[in-house]
Order: sequence, then C-alpha cells, then structure tokens
Amino acid sequence: MTEVYRPVGGKLLTRHFYFMGVLALIAGYFLVRRFVFGIGAVSNLSDGFPWGLWITYDVVVGTALACGGYAMAILVYVFHRGQFHPMIRAALLTSVFGYTLAGVSIVVDVGRYWQIYNVFRPGYLNLNSVMIEVALCVTSYVIVLWIEFSPAILEAMKANRLLRLMRHILFFFIGVGILLPTMHQSSLGSLLIIAGYKVHPLWQSNLIPLLFLITAVAMGYGMVVFESLYASVQLGRRLETTMLARVGAIIPWLLIAWLVLRIGDLAFAGKLGLLLQPGVEPLLFAAEVALFVYASVILLDPHRRVRPNALFWSALAVVLGGALYRFDAFLIAYNPGPGWHYFPAVGELMITLGFFAIGIMAYLFFVKKTPVLSANP
Amino acid sequence: MNTEPLAFEHAIGPFLADQLEIRGISRRNFVKFALGITAAMGLPFGMTRQVMAALDRPAARPSVIWLHFQECTGCTESLLRATHPTVETLILDLISLDYSETLLAAAGHQAEAALHDALAQHPGQFILVVEGSVPTADHGNFCKIAGQTPQDMLHAIAPQAVAAVAIGSCASWGGVQSAAPNPTGAVGLAEALGLEGILKSDGSALPVINLPGCPASPYNLLATLLYYLTLHRLPELDTKGRPKFAYGRLIHDNCERRPHFDAGRFAEQFGDAGHRQGWCLYKLGCKGPETYANCPAIQFGDVGANTWPVGIGHPCFGCAEQGVGFHKALHEQAKVLSVTPTSLFPGVFTEHPGGVTVASAAVAGAIGGGALVYALGASQKLKQTEAASTSTTDEEA
Repeated sequence: MTEVYRPVGGKLLTRHFYFMGVLALIAGYFLVRRFVFGIGAVSNLSDGFPWGLWITYDVVVGTALACGGYAMAILVYVFHRGQFHPMIRAALLTSVFGYTLAGVSIVVDVGRYWQIYNVFRPGYLNLNSVMIEVALCVTSYVIVLWIEFSPAILEAMKANRLLRLMRHILFFFIGVGILLPTMHQSSLGSLLIIAGYKVHPLWQSNLIPLLFLITAVAMGYGMVVFESLYASVQLGRRLETTMLARVGAIIPWLLIAWLVLRIGDLAFAGKLGLLLQPGVEPLLFAAEVALFVYASVILLDPHRRVRPNALFWSALAVVLGGALYRFDAFLIAYNPGPGWHYFPAVGELMITLGFFAIGIMAYLFFVKKTPVLSANP
Repeated sequence: MNTEPLAFEHAIGPFLADQLEIRGISRRNFVKFALGITAAMGLPFGMTRQVMAALDRPAARPSVIWLHFQECTGCTESLLRATHPTVETLILDLISLDYSETLLAAAGHQAEAALHDALAQHPGQFILVVEGSVPTADHGNFCKIAGQTPQDMLHAIAPQAVAAVAIGSCASWGGVQSAAPNPTGAVGLAEALGLEGILKSDGSALPVINLPGCPASPYNLLATLLYYLTLHRLPELDTKGRPKFAYGRLIHDNCERRPHFDAGRFAEQFGDAGHRQGWCLYKLGCKGPETYANCPAIQFGDVGANTWPVGIGHPCFGCAEQGVGFHKALHEQAKVLSVTPTSLFPGVFTEHPGGVTVASAAVAGAIGGGALVYALGASQKLKQTEAASTSTTDEEA
C-alpha cells in the first residue's frame, strides 16, 4: 500500500448535484406514498409479477454493477496484481453504494418493516430457502463493504489509531468480501431456477447460477472501466487508459466463456431451434450476444482497447449486455401466465431513479471529500 | 430405565417389527411417523434413524406412572382416540405404562397393588406423568384417590421419579379449575411440588416438563418421551418449563392466516365475507398472538389437513397459555406480543392493469434518453482527449 489516495476537492454543490438532489426528493415523495398507502399506490407489481423494476434493476442488476469491488479484489488479492491497487478504492466506493441501495430497495420492496428483521433471527431462519442465502449474504456483504471502504473515511477523519487497527484486521474482511459475492451473485441466478417454466426456455437453465456469476464479474470490470473513464472526463482528471486497458483485456475471456457456456448449454438442451421462432425473445437473445461479441472484439484487439473512446463504448456494452441478460430473465422473457402484464409505474421508476441519484451524490461526496482516487493516475 | 423386557412384550414379540406386522402398520407408515416426530422435536432429519433405533430397543423404553388429579381425562382421551394410524397407540403401548388409572384393567385394591408394584420394580427409574391440577385449598381434600390427596401421592411417588411431565394446562398451570374464583385453589404440578417442598430422593429438584394445552397435543407428549429415549436427556425448556421445540413460538408466528393479519384483512364477524375468505381471526378474539404452541405447525385433532381451531375458522382460545385460556373472555381481543403492524393499511385489493401507461413510458423514455445524452457527451470529450493524447504521445515518442 505505497500509493497515495487523495480527495479530489472542488465544489460539491454543483448544478448537477442539485439536479440529483431534486431527483432524490421526488423519490422521497414516492417512498412516503409507498409506506403510507401501500405498494399498490406506487408500483405496478402484482401477484403475477411480484418482482418488478426494484428487484430486477436495483438488486439484481445493481449488485452486479456493484461487483467492481469484488472483481478488482479478485484481481489484486487473489491473482496478486498489485499494479491495479490504485483503482481499488474507487471500485469499492461504487460497490458500497450499489449494494447499500440494493439493500434499501429490498426493504422498500418488501415493505414490512415491522417484521423484516426476522430474516436475521436465528430461530426464524428457513435454511431450505434460496432467498435466505441471498438475504443473509447480501446483508453481510454490505457490512463487509463498509468495513473494506472504511480506511478512506478514517483517513479523512484522521482517526489514525482506528486506521492502524483496521490495517491489521482488513485482510479477513477482504477474504470474506471475495467469498460472499461468489455465493450470492450465483444465488441470484438460482432464484430463477425455482421460477421454472415462467422463465422463457431460452433463459431457463441449470447453468444460470454460473452464467450470472460470470456476467457479474465481467460487469464489475466493465463498470470499473466505464466509471473511471466517465469520472475522469467529468471531473477533469487525467485518464488512466493504460491500466484500464489492462483491466479491459480480462473481460473478453469472461465473455467468451459465457458465450460458450450459454450457447453450448442451449445446444446441449436442444433449444437452439427456439431461436428461429417468432417473437421478441430470440431478438433479445441476439441483442445480448451482439453486445458481448462487440465488446469482446474491441477489447481483444490491443490497439483498439487503448483508445479511451473504444474502451468506453465496449465497457458500456458489457454493462448493458449483462443488464439486458438480467432484465430478460427476470422481467421481459418472464411469463407468469395469461392475463399478467408488467411495466414499471411512474412511482417505481422515480424511486429507482432517485436511488441512482443518491448513489451519484454519494460518489461525488466521497470522491471530493475523502481519499478515494489515486493521487497520481 | 427398565432393562428387562416386560412379560407382555414377550407375549407378542419383543421387537417393534413384529408388533408392526401384528397391528397391520406398514414399515412405510412407521418411517413416516418417525420422520414427522423427529421434525416435531426440532431434530435434524438425519436423526430419524436414531429415533427409530430407540423405538426398536425394548430395553430403552421408559417405565411411566401416570397420575390423574383434578381433570377431565381429555389429555389421555386425545392421546388414545385422536389417532388415525395406530402407530401412536403402539408407541403408547411400547412405553411401559405401568400405572394409569384410565387404562388400567384392574380396579380397587388391585389397582393400588399395581402402583406399588410399579414403584417397587423401577425405583428412581420411571417417568411420572401428571394429568390434572393439584388443589391447595382445604389441604387438597377436593381430590382423593384411595383415600389419598394429590399431595400425599406426590410425597410418596414424585421423589422416586427421574423426571415429571405435566400434561395439559391443568397440570402445567392450573387449567380450567384455576379460573376465578378458583374454589379449590388449583395449581399446576411444578407449583404444587414447590409448595409441598417435594424434591427427588437424592435431594435435587425434580425436573418438570410442562406440556400445556386443553387437551395437550398428543404429539408433544410422544415427542418429549421419544426425545428422552433417543438422546437420554430432557429437551431444552423455556422459562415456563415448556419444551422449546413445541412451545418456542407464538401460534401467530406460524399461523397460515398470518399474511392476512399483516395485510390488514380481518374477519369482523362470524360468517361475513372476510370470514368466508379465510382471513385473519384477530378481531374475533383469536389468542394466537399471545399463545405459545406449535398447533399451526403440527395441527390439532388429527382428523385431516388444516384441522385445528384457526384452520377451521374459529379464533384460537389460548388454551395452552397461562392467564389467557379460561382467564380471558372468548372473544376478547388478544394482546399482540410480537410487533403490531401499521394501522395505515392499504386497500385489500389494489386494482391496476400493470401495463404500460403514457406517463410511465414517458418517464422510462426520458431516463433512457438522458442516459444516452450523458454517454454521448462523455464519448465526445473522450474523443477530444484521445485526439490530444495521441498527438502528445506522438511527440513523446
């Protein structure tokens, strides 16, 4: 840990910040409505679609986007690539807020604040449930992430004694922080196995847990690249292109593994014929594959991946591809039976957007006030 | 424990397998019963084997002396009658019920002799089951068996027992006789032992397991006895001496109508629309929110699926809970011991089409469009820096 992180500084309350604040306030209005008048007042959720935008975007996609910390930790601590260490705090910051807001979204979605804590009471655990794995694992990981990120806050607070203590115990939390997402990112996929026939056969597969895990790691790297480039451009910092290109070079191999498993699995199960059937599903499948193939082609080319703009769009393609895969499996290609329709209601959209805005505000706050970004990129 | 198989066991074969065949119980049914009872005890399924092995060994079966005090024999009745398969009766036979006033074929002096024989045969090795409360008023003269008050009998028998099981609410905390004005001064077994200062013969306190309920669920007695047979120790008890595996949770916590409670869907009157829909019976005076028992999990009455008071549409009466059953009015609203949900309930049914509306499509479009604008803006800037950096790297090179 020889490199130095420094707060970016600068004005926090910019026009953008205020705009995000307004979005958060609108979300606040809908949140109050949700808890006073019930979930039907703000959302289009129904018995057919009990999982809507909040679970699909905020939780399933959101935590995958927040896998940057996890993906970078694998790289730095498991594969011992110390050269990427300068990027780890920024990655952790996105993870902290991605996961925390996912947790908050679950509380908003479940709504029963008077008994939701029973999930954590040992006598009340249903150990045969996949949801319990996700619930406990995601909650523990939120705590672990905050501990992993705490050195940045402690440095800003100049709490040196605590910081020293933290340095001694942090290795343990880093270890746990690699274990936990491996468990729950695959379990998020397992949730769909239980849904059985409701999930379109092109997506339903026993390989879902593995496919979800691979895309989560790929999306984590994609997000690290995307976020670094985007933040550098918007905050007027020097681009970390060389290092980002090296991170980007890992992604295609994950995507190729995913494509082989995904298409191989369909072929093995004799489902390739479904791609020729009419309907929107084959097109969605094609879009996922196209996004991943596009990213792979660019990122495999050592000349193209060092160009910031190409890197930017390919990282975005990885993130969008992974998000589309999750949206398809959880919502779009999910058919609970005749008569059920779902499109997120305005309230649902605004709450999700508000959480996104809060995430960005938190990112700006921590980047500007605490040492998160590397001092000399 | 009685190590010698008893004479009657030899008569129809000492092993469980033989008895199963005689009684026409399939092995499959027996295994199903063992699985169920293992679950009722809160033990892992993997222990079913041990439970079955414990049942198989005649030597392991405990001797039981069953005393009746102030009660209606309902607990014994439910144990004998409520059974559809005969596995439970079989097990009741397998535990050597050496003395039970209800089941004894003998009468009068013969019956008394049986009690003395049982005490002499298994000193300090039997389990004492007590059904019914102990009257404390007038020196216990309200209840006499062979000229002895319950107090006298407890003085004579309790010190020699390994442990005592108080079956039913009467024996656990006084039951219906303890309801005001409680003319007999009825108390439960544990309290009576305390009042009389009765200890085990070695001077230690006699452990009392309370199995309240009116009548107590027969499965809880079987599970308690089988727990002892299998693990050779008593199950974990709560502060009121009840096995945690059976009385660890409120009825409310496991109730099949709980979601209706949380969602604010209540039956307001017997036979109203909500009652017919199977909604929560809290407003009809259901005592589930303040009564600890496993009725919703293992049901009650043994006559088919979903038959227990709440299941068939009557509010829980709280028979198992001291201070609730026979003490509170039948339709008085319960004190909710767990967290009470918000009173700001949404409507029972929220009707919405769930499909796309102009407004939601517009918002979704705006979000998508905004994201695209931001991405294109960033891309534009990146292109500029890219162009700038290529020129600088060229110069550096």
